[in-house]
Amino acid sequence: MGTIWFCLVAMMIAMYVLLDGFDLGAGAIHLWVAKTDEERRQVLASIGPVWDGNEVWLIAAGGTLYFAFPALYASGFSGFYLPLMIVLWLLILRGASIEFRNHIKSAVWDPFWDFLFCTSSLLLAVFFGAALGNVVRGVPLDASGYFFEPLWTNFRLGDETGILDWYTILVGVLALLALVMHGGIWVRLKTSGAVGERACQLASKTWWGVAALTALVTAVTFRIQPQVRENFATRPWGFVFPVLAVGGLAGVRWFMAHRNERGSFLASCGYLAGMLTSVVFGVYPMVLPARNPVYSLTVETAKAGAYGLKIGLIWWVLGMMLAAGYFTYVYRSFAGKVVVDKDSHGYGD
Amino acid sequence: MGQAVDVHRLHFAFTITFHYIFPQLTMGLALLLVYLKTKALRTGDEHYNRAARFWARIFGINFALGVVTGIPMEFQFGTNWAAFSKAAGGVIGQTLAMEGVFSFFLESSFLGLFLFGEKKLGRIGHWLAAFLVFLGSWLSGFFIVATDAWMQHPTGYRLGTNGEIELSNFWDLLLNKWALWQYAHTMLGAVQTGCFVMAAVGAFYLLTRRHEIYGQTFVRTGVLAGVIAAVLQLFPTGDMQGRMVADHQQPTLAAMEGLFESQQGAPLVILGQPDVEKRKLDNPLEVPKMLSFLTYREWRANVKGLSDFPQTEWPDQIPLLYYSYHVMVGLGTIFIAVMVLASLLLWRGKLYDSRWMLWMLMMCVPLPYIANTAGWMTAELGRQPWLIYGLMRTTHGVSPRVAAGNAWFTLIGFMGMYTLLAILWLFLIYREIELGPDPGNRPSGEDAIVVTAE
Repeated sequence: MGTIWFCLVAMMIAMYVLLDGFDLGAGAIHLWVAKTDEERRQVLASIGPVWDGNEVWLIAAGGTLYFAFPALYASGFSGFYLPLMIVLWLLILRGASIEFRNHIKSAVWDPFWDFLFCTSSLLLAVFFGAALGNVVRGVPLDASGYFFEPLWTNFRLGDETGILDWYTILVGVLALLALVMHGGIWVRLKTSGAVGERACQLASKTWWGVAALTALVTAVTFRIQPQVRENFATRPWGFVFPVLAVGGLAGVRWFMAHRNERGSFLASCGYLAGMLTSVVFGVYPMVLPARNPVYSLTVETAKAGAYGLKIGLIWWVLGMMLAAGYFTYVYRSFAGKVVVDKDSHGYGD
Repeated sequence: MGQAVDVHRLHFAFTITFHYIFPQLTMGLALLLVYLKTKALRTGDEHYNRAARFWARIFGINFALGVVTGIPMEFQFGTNWAAFSKAAGGVIGQTLAMEGVFSFFLESSFLGLFLFGEKKLGRIGHWLAAFLVFLGSWLSGFFIVATDAWMQHPTGYRLGTNGEIELSNFWDLLLNKWALWQYAHTMLGAVQTGCFVMAAVGAFYLLTRRHEIYGQTFVRTGVLAGVIAAVLQLFPTGDMQGRMVADHQQPTLAAMEGLFESQQGAPLVILGQPDVEKRKLDNPLEVPKMLSFLTYREWRANVKGLSDFPQTEWPDQIPLLYYSYHVMVGLGTIFIAVMVLASLLLWRGKLYDSRWMLWMLMMCVPLPYIANTAGWMTAELGRQPWLIYGLMRTTHGVSPRVAAGNAWFTLIGFMGMYTLLAILWLFLIYREIELGPDPGNRPSGEDAIVVTAE
């Protein structure tokens, strides 16, 4: 039962990265691919009706993590106190900038929110990447099951680690590049004209950075987290996940060369999903590795009572079926490229 | 204030109080929007659609602020209250996760369609979108209240081998008697905020002689729904809430009422300042025997005072709890008076010309916010010194590794950020009210939204 929930939570986080990933990416490239007010409205419109729903995956994943693995939620969230609070501030600024930018048209109003939207999206991508890097590298858990990391210490991989060290920064940069590529492909898919062209070129250039850093981070990860080595050695079937990532990355290049927008977006999704599942497979059965492996939190030590997990499965499946229905409906009614329409409320008066 | 636990408490109190400014309005307005959309659908009168569009814009701004200030709430259980989360996450994580899965997906999916998809969805489709947004926001309210109700009156749990609290009965958690009454009471409070805000904007338009036809609709809708909500707020929901406190949180009842010594035929205190050290009320103004009657339906019943309980069981902020409770009840009583009076004038056909009544409705607008806040303060301060009543002390629930200095750092950060959000909020809402519901008034190019080509 614990392993089932481990997979379900991982799936929800992956959904979050795939979906909110493209709108974070769109935000990160906002200032560069869109120059005029109308172009910026295009970028915002390409995520407008869906970004909030995408972000709900983070909330829902957090809630699910909370009831399925209370000890992990408690330890991880209090240990990552500072970066999580910074993430919250960035989410607040970003949400406000998307929602309020188009309320007023003024030479000081829109540029302010455009700048906030772009920087907050950019930093969020880096912080989410660094968070993932922290989990893979391991955190300074002790016998109490708790830890606390300052934002940085000496940037080395010792026992007194901070949130940011050379490894987690590296993962953060990879996350940013990957989401820039993902977001660029999305903007290309949803917009026409100059914005789409610039987004496509940016995604195409970023691809090389993503490819190079993926190789580098993978090599380093195998060195610093022995569990990853061991898992891939003892269960070779797990190589399907990295193969998916590499296939996705190759697919992005191929589809972009053939001007297949939908194909390149799906390939980019495949790359992100492959990378995340590789990590999840690599650290299992740990849910939060410790610098000293004795204190690592595992599926068994972190999971909630059996009754709660069983009853949770019933409503979770029901709720997810409903959510899948809403998402299908919303994305279907949002199909096609966006065009600017001056008529507020989409109504004729 | 030096201790980490105090900073963590202030951290949660500040962020939740600010957050709840927004959902109390959106939950209340959601109901009124469904009403306006239903009227539009049944009468075919475009006036109601325009009124709904105006309130949808106000709703949208408040909803966005509710979302961005709401995300920190779920996170804080883990960041600031890790020991509590570790012990009780298996139970309250259920309701919090259900909120995400059942209400947030629903709300976020249909809000965009409701705000921007009127033309695309058609009349019935747009009504349905409004209804689903209402459903999502009211479901969300239920899951949150159920979470709080479990902390007030834990049910459906058992203790595991390592002291962790496990869920043992799902339906006892969800259908906790406390949750049902608290939910009704909370939602009526939200409806009152929605009603007072709608009536106040209507009164403002009538008093300034602008958009008068809308002003009449807003005042009428706000007053009619408001009078019902104001009465139900007191009875039966407020009454039941009080009796549950009397049954399950006896020291809390005594502290709320400022009752230090047990008394037969205990009086209801209207005014008086508690002096906790001397265990007495200064200059008390009381209604004799009323507390006994309200609590036990008997004039001579014995009500236990604080002195009957060891001091370790007392809530730790007695004066603040006492004032929160009295402010809530006092304002609730004023709301009934105002709304009944306005309804009478409406019935006699004189409301739209009674400038003094319109003034009163307009000036009342901050009061439901204060009453809702005071109500939540009563519930949460009343729960002290427990985090989970009878099971876990508040001092035992904080994150063991998050130092007071780090908690101050983020609390100050939130204070700064929320100050900016508050200014932004007032500015944007004022602007919407100034622009008004008439479609012709809106400057072109603003609010232009983008739709897909197909």
